[in-house]
Amino acid sequence: MLQPPPANHESIQILTDRKDQVWQKGKDSTFRCDQKSVAGSVTQRACAFCGSRVVLYPIADALHIVHGPIGCAVYNWDIRGALSSGPQLHRNSFSTDLAEREVVFGGEKKLKLALLELIQEHQPKAAFVYSTCIVGLIGDDVGSICRDVTRITGISCIPVDSPGFKGTKKTGYQAACEAAFTLVGTGSTVGIPMHSINLMGEFNIAGEAWLIKSYFERMGIDVVATITGDGRVDDLRRCHGASLNLVQCSGSMTHLARLLEENYAIPQKRVSFFGLEDTAKALYDTAEFFGDAEIMRKTELLIAEELAAVSPVLRTYRKRLKGKKVALYVGGAFKAFSLVLALRALGMQTVLAGTQTGNAEDYAQLQEICDPGTVIVDDSNPLELAKFVLEKEVDLFIGGVKERPIAYKLGVAFCDHNHERKIPLAGFAGMVNFAEEVAQSVLSPVWQFCRRKSL
Amino acid sequence: MKPATGETSQKKSATQNACKLCSPLGAAMVFKGIQNCLPFLHGSQGCATYIRRYLISHFREPVDIASSSFSEEDAIFGGARNFADGLANVIAQYHPDVIGVATTCLSETIGENMIGMIRSYQEQYDGNGPPLVHVSTPAYTGTHTDGFHAAVKAVLQAFAHNKGPQSAHRINVLPGMVSCADLRHVKALCSLYGFNATLVPDYSDTLEGESWQEYHRISPGGTSIAEIGNCGTAAASIELGHCLAERNDTAAAWLQDTFAVPRHALGLPIGIRLSDQFFTTLASISGKSMPPSLRAERGRLIDAYVDAHKYLSGKTAMVFGDPDLVVGMAAFLSEVGVRPIICGTGAKVKNWQALLGAEIEGGIGDIEMVAGTNHAQLSARARERRPDLLIGSSKALPISRELGVPLMRIGFPIHDRFGAQRQLMLGYAGTQSLFDQLVNLCMTSKQDASEIGYSYL
Repeated sequence: MLQPPPANHESIQILTDRKDQVWQKGKDSTFRCDQKSVAGSVTQRACAFCGSRVVLYPIADALHIVHGPIGCAVYNWDIRGALSSGPQLHRNSFSTDLAEREVVFGGEKKLKLALLELIQEHQPKAAFVYSTCIVGLIGDDVGSICRDVTRITGISCIPVDSPGFKGTKKTGYQAACEAAFTLVGTGSTVGIPMHSINLMGEFNIAGEAWLIKSYFERMGIDVVATITGDGRVDDLRRCHGASLNLVQCSGSMTHLARLLEENYAIPQKRVSFFGLEDTAKALYDTAEFFGDAEIMRKTELLIAEELAAVSPVLRTYRKRLKGKKVALYVGGAFKAFSLVLALRALGMQTVLAGTQTGNAEDYAQLQEICDPGTVIVDDSNPLELAKFVLEKEVDLFIGGVKERPIAYKLGVAFCDHNHERKIPLAGFAGMVNFAEEVAQSVLSPVWQFCRRKSL
Repeated sequence: MKPATGETSQKKSATQNACKLCSPLGAAMVFKGIQNCLPFLHGSQGCATYIRRYLISHFREPVDIASSSFSEEDAIFGGARNFADGLANVIAQYHPDVIGVATTCLSETIGENMIGMIRSYQEQYDGNGPPLVHVSTPAYTGTHTDGFHAAVKAVLQAFAHNKGPQSAHRINVLPGMVSCADLRHVKALCSLYGFNATLVPDYSDTLEGESWQEYHRISPGGTSIAEIGNCGTAAASIELGHCLAERNDTAAAWLQDTFAVPRHALGLPIGIRLSDQFFTTLASISGKSMPPSLRAERGRLIDAYVDAHKYLSGKTAMVFGDPDLVVGMAAFLSEVGVRPIICGTGAKVKNWQALLGAEIEGGIGDIEMVAGTNHAQLSARARERRPDLLIGSSKALPISRELGVPLMRIGFPIHDRFGAQRQLMLGYAGTQSLFDQLVNLCMTSKQDASEIGYSYL
């Protein structure tokens, strides 16, 4: 037998294959990212299917059917906080639930019947058909079934090429963008004003898209489509009529933005609506793009009003939170940048930052904005995260449900900044919610009973 | 949210809002119940990540599950290298005593040579690496409960032996997929009869642990490989779950056939009658009569049944979820005067009607028994029959809201309430706790439905 495990976090080593994916500011070392996950590393990443599913999920009037065995469909049933102002069809879980005989003899027939049944029952505006690992293996011609059912029903059925083994979430994002793009350009752009944008990579978690849209309304800018938050098939069909694409979740939507740029000459801007600084910058950048004095005047007014409303509240939080040390591990890099800045605005210091899907350019920026000594991790895992949480004596962890037990087990406060959350954290008002969320956990009296040695 | 209508209960090609999960999830839970064991899914990494998140949301505990992270090439040429690399990394990071390998849809379909790959692993470590136990869990052959039971059997087949002395004080309990509180309770109940019970699995500590002072690579707790080894020399096995009792290829059946450990197959002890059977079994194996403390617990439960019976009389319920839980609940409900008018499970259970019919008091003329169903169909039935209560996982919230019918959350998953891992259901004490919840739910309904809002009921 091997030696029993020492109970000390300092003994946790970084896997040899991952050594270059962990970096500390101030120490001269190479950094590698954008790799496939190391087998057995217990990555926090999911698969290509998951990536596709989450990107298209908020399109609320579409039918989303998962072609494969049941597991793939059931684990994401109504689990994310993406809200719809109208139809709620996306909150159901539809699956062909393949059984052994279909795995052996093919699932095309079942898929076709399922699509016909579901389209008749739910009258969706379009149907997305997600291929899972098994479908990728048995070679069902999903494209042909989709064409067939589109012809019969008149409802666009769109294959999403997302077998899990094709890669990480990022691979799935690309497949989702390809699928969404098949709708683009099929609707009329009549009536879309010149001052118009698409909000891309905004998933309307807890109604955030509505808040952001209200800012643009006040600025006199029309939002043609939110892709995909509170999404509608018809919005996607006509989104090529917008003058500018604002890309928030860069990881998921860069590909679609590029397709729109290449095919429809729509320029794109990377923005973020997390934190005061980034929100203001996003609004200014947009106003500047249109070069309209009236829009700029309204934008300045809006930002001044919003800042005046939230600043006093944030100042009180800053007093209480100042000096606390934070670890953050999130999906995309853009959120990480914003969080580092937003935390700094609250007087807190990021000592560990990591993402699941960042690329070299992203990490260069992250390394730039972080303080010396900050550890930066790519595609990390529970053991590594726990090691650094303890080594860095972290007070707060920001992540998703999978990171929560790492924090709580070690007596560390936690803030959920993932897509399952139910609290809007974007925009100016969202910053107050964020501060409140953080304070409610960090300042809770319960930590006195946790027995963390390093405290 | 308006749930899918699932208009008719006729067989459909699509599954709408499944009332089941996939088999590797069940296997992973079993591996979490073995001391210092790390679950390892051989397949795409999404399976591990999804299952981790699902289990974390229910148990609120760390659930590390490794994966061999298949890529496209591995799906074509086989994942042997990923398997070997993955195991090496898991050993380096987690220092496990045992690794529980479950093969997913992907690795099952490409026909991975698991025997050969496990043999290469053993050769690589000269037999000194942590032992592996492998269970085949393609999701297209069953549900999470099938994966659970298959893993229990695989673990026993891998480690149980009859080398040591026979023990009259040791029994095996194969409890099925029950809560952490129930696992602890069952163990304590066995000790009242003088038994040291070996639970396979026992995730009561790993999935409901203490706050940590230091990081643990693997959550402390669980049944050790040595204890599982000794299952072959136990005085008896008690295997819970009506569905298992019907079969002769279960883990306890295997222990009986291989090591002559007598198998006692019972339903989950929910309600007085099924609990009585459980305690009678413990009494017959031990030769002891029921301890006074338990007798008193039973007496208090009967007293409660009497005190509250009028709050429940004539009520109807839809019960849904894992098959064994549904049968146990239906038996309990029918003995307190609640008619379980719809009994549904997502699993395909051949003798579903017979299993329920044998346990439901008062005939089954008014009882709809549906196996292989899903939430859309269950919702459609509930719309038509308007039960007073919905009893099952948190996934019936949409229909509960639509109909204004309260949902009593039991079983797995419970993603919108706190303390699911502590929910006690088994034995007289568990039944008492369930019964109180049930009665209070009916009282709340009565209060909520009244304009006056009775403050005295």
